[in-house]
Amino acid sequence: MSDAHAEPTAEATWQGGGSPFAVGHKKLGMWLFIVSDALTFGALLMAYSYLRVANDWPTPFDFYPAIIFSSVMTLVLLSSSLTMVFGVSCASKGDRAGTKKWIWATILGGLLFVVLHSYEWNHLIHEGLTPFSSPYGTPLFGATFFTLTGLHMTHVAIGVVYLAVIANGFGRGKYDAEDVEVVGLYWHFVDLVWMFIFPMVYLLSTKV
Amino acid sequence: MSTHTESHTGLFIKVWVALLVLTLVEIVLAYIQLGHVAMITLLMGLSLVKTVLIMAYFMHLKFDKPALSWMLCVPMVACMLIMIGYFFPDSYRILEFGP
Repeated sequence: MSDAHAEPTAEATWQGGGSPFAVGHKKLGMWLFIVSDALTFGALLMAYSYLRVANDWPTPFDFYPAIIFSSVMTLVLLSSSLTMVFGVSCASKGDRAGTKKWIWATILGGLLFVVLHSYEWNHLIHEGLTPFSSPYGTPLFGATFFTLTGLHMTHVAIGVVYLAVIANGFGRGKYDAEDVEVVGLYWHFVDLVWMFIFPMVYLLSTKV
Repeated sequence: MSTHTESHTGLFIKVWVALLVLTLVEIVLAYIQLGHVAMITLLMGLSLVKTVLIMAYFMHLKFDKPALSWMLCVPMVACMLIMIGYFFPDSYRILEFGP
């Protein structure tokens, strides 16, 4: 890292020759994307909170099984973030086989999350919950639930594909350690968003 | 600031355990059900702590230049505060005066 992003002098920085944040362009680009995506999720969570305060909101999730089930999903996603960190760590040491192994562990975590989430969706749809109607009360519950969890699940699904492409390409020497770090940033961001969706959508809707 | 060559494996496992413990506290809160305001304050507080842990350690910001953290966090926090400060209070207007 120190060679590629040497500490620039103040003069070089202001003349455009330096790297003020001392990160590569791919990493900086991913960070800027994450900020914009965080604001998208932030706006959706804000809209959800607004609707929730302004309406008589249902609390349909039983502690068991619904909350326990989504807690397991949280555990899976958090653990896949840990395996991702190990993958990035292996990549920075040039351990291609180790990187591939840890990224595939992350992919398995992501897939397990999608499978569990789909199972939960299926159950709720069978109970009559759709984006336009809800058996629990206001139809806005279904609208916000499927919008928030749906956009998040889309991010997880895209992340799984992205991870697979990087794992495969890194194994063949097509991508370098920075590419692994960048996909890692994306994956941690997806995990981070869930850390807000889980309490706001699930825990605050626990049946009293 | 630390160098990139040293291994952070133990540190990352500690962060992961901390995140799991914080999540467990959240789940316990959902089980015992405090009042609305207390629930939202505690849950969002815990989520913010988890955010800081994930961004600082998993997303590596603690080991990058502080300039990067400032450049990313200041606009994000500003935009979130604008949303919370300007738009959210309007929901109480609807609640009180009817749609």
